Amino acid sequence: MATGKTLFDKIWDAHIVQQLESGPTQLYIDRHYIHEVTSPQAFEGLRAKGIKVFRPGRTFATCDHNVPTLNQDRPIEDASCRVPIEVLAENCRENGIKYFPLRDPSNGIVHVIGPEQGLTLPGMCIVCGDSHTATHGAFGSVAFGIGTSEVEMVLATQTLLQNKPKQMRITINGRLGKCVTPKDVILYIISKVGTGGGTGYFVEYAGDVFENMSMEGRMTVCNMSIEMGARGGFVAPDKTTFGYIKGRRFAPAGAEFDKAVEQWSMLYSDADAVFDKEYTFDGADIQPMITYGTDPGRGIAIDGIIPECDESGMKGLAYMGFAPGEKMLGKKVDYIFVGSCTNGRIEDFRAFADFVKGKKAAPGITVWLVPGSVEVENKIKEEGIETVLNEAGFVLRQPGCSACLAMNDDKVPAGAYALSTSNRNFEGRQGPGARTMLCSPVVAAAAAVAGVIADPRSVA
Amino acid sequence: MSFEKINILQSPVVATSVENIDTDQIIPARFLKATTREGFGDAMFRDWRFNSDGSPVRDSVFATAPAGAKILVAGRNFGCGSSREHAAWALADYGFRAVVSSFFADIFKNNALNNGLLPVQVSEDFLQTILRLRKENSALELKIDLPEKYIEIVGSGFEEAGRREYFPIGEYKRHCLENGLSDIDYLITTRGIIENFEISNNK
Repeated sequence: MATGKTLFDKIWDAHIVQQLESGPTQLYIDRHYIHEVTSPQAFEGLRAKGIKVFRPGRTFATCDHNVPTLNQDRPIEDASCRVPIEVLAENCRENGIKYFPLRDPSNGIVHVIGPEQGLTLPGMCIVCGDSHTATHGAFGSVAFGIGTSEVEMVLATQTLLQNKPKQMRITINGRLGKCVTPKDVILYIISKVGTGGGTGYFVEYAGDVFENMSMEGRMTVCNMSIEMGARGGFVAPDKTTFGYIKGRRFAPAGAEFDKAVEQWSMLYSDADAVFDKEYTFDGADIQPMITYGTDPGRGIAIDGIIPECDESGMKGLAYMGFAPGEKMLGKKVDYIFVGSCTNGRIEDFRAFADFVKGKKAAPGITVWLVPGSVEVENKIKEEGIETVLNEAGFVLRQPGCSACLAMNDDKVPAGAYALSTSNRNFEGRQGPGARTMLCSPVVAAAAAVAGVIADPRSVA
Repeated sequence: MSFEKINILQSPVVATSVENIDTDQIIPARFLKATTREGFGDAMFRDWRFNSDGSPVRDSVFATAPAGAKILVAGRNFGCGSSREHAAWALADYGFRAVVSSFFADIFKNNALNNGLLPVQVSEDFLQTILRLRKENSALELKIDLPEKYIEIVGSGFEEAGRREYFPIGEYKRHCLENGLSDIDYLITTRGIIENFEISNNK
């Protein structure tokens, strides 16, 4: 008996250049994003082989990982940050690739600007040398991270050899509670599925929790699919998706847009489609979340108790200076970071500002508020959010990946505790010896005014 | 990128039971500044191998490993997190030719295969046996036979010597590793097919 197709099947099948008998599929790539960290060796490889970029118009470039978040109008002092950016600019110039340099109105974190510029569209196959490429799945595209050798392959042929992944569907229905954000939804999912539970799978997020979510929220969820090991995650496109895309710089316009919407409207999983694995959760069970360990799967409700852990978990707890049985509420915070490709969008800053409005920044905490893009930065200013932040005692920085992985100057010192809206709490991720706790912008805001880890539902 | 061919590999091992080792551990972000592929071995597992003052961690699994170990054995879900291929480059540059675990993260696995670093996926039981034997006796060796697709416990004095397990690897990738070929060597020959696809699909 023939069964229906999943949304993933539909997109995958439409991109098969050829199926190799010995296993992998040669897959066509519609959109390729590059940044300065994972692309230089790919261009170097092409030069060594004497190969030219095959379809330069399908690749777009930005600098984000190494950029400073202050004084971006001045030359970058640190050569180890400046040189990779100069190399990217030169590689793009030489190969005719569109590049959004520092302070360009379209510059920012690669996974924030792609959607903002209307480059990420439903039904596309999208790759980038960055594991958080899964973000673009929010638009109903098949988007996944690749390594530098694969970046080189895409530059050379606009295709990749890939084995078709298995398919998982995660369905969440129900109403989300007070102060429960998309970040809490994905941290909750990862805490249930585990950091390796999604390995080998692509995930479709379904149910009214995702249907009712904004595009920013869907991006936050899809972004962290990789933190459960899934290569990518996506949400079927709908009116919210089309509304977000309309009028954006590189998006189809006029009659072309209407025609595209007609095609995009066909992108859903058939009712009788079969998934290799299914999870179902109740939205009402999700609380504001926080992580206590050194992998993103070690998350609990903000008012929860650190559980007993296995050997690897205990190693993480020792690194964090925590122990099973302790509460997270009331724990010390030295640094707060709001930003990254996970939570660096306008809604995240609106949520943070709404919470701190009329309150004062707690003393003794360094707070880094880093927009995901120049467009987000400009919106923060236009909407008066910067004024609210300043009145509460916070300062806005300039866009970039910043403290998420601390390749620039925004490093958390050894031993210090950082409450972070980013995606990874790995040992040393935010600086050697730094101790990271992941949370939503709202939980970050509660701590920023309370001075310790606090439950946003009970901070007056 | 071409690399040294793999056929049959036998060597002592470096082993860690730690699970979910992410690529930030394998190579921290602060070492991702170079714009070439070479030399990342020095920074491999940097914060496991060196203290913050630069002095070596004397009891790290790397410091205590037998000389010439070309096989790394690690707990499940090895290579999770960031897609940085620098992790595969660093392991290969340090001298590893194979990594054995019960489970690999997808992107790391592809990156390893594209650099002639063989990911050998074994059962959790086989992995735990290797880890136990290695803990008891550092003379443990493993033999990895790529053409026959098995891994075997080797070493005189080991009761389990000769125990083997077959590991999964696609025919295409096995062919690439045995011949030192990367996907790009094949893909570049298909530009005509790609152009036809573009025309018939309005790309």
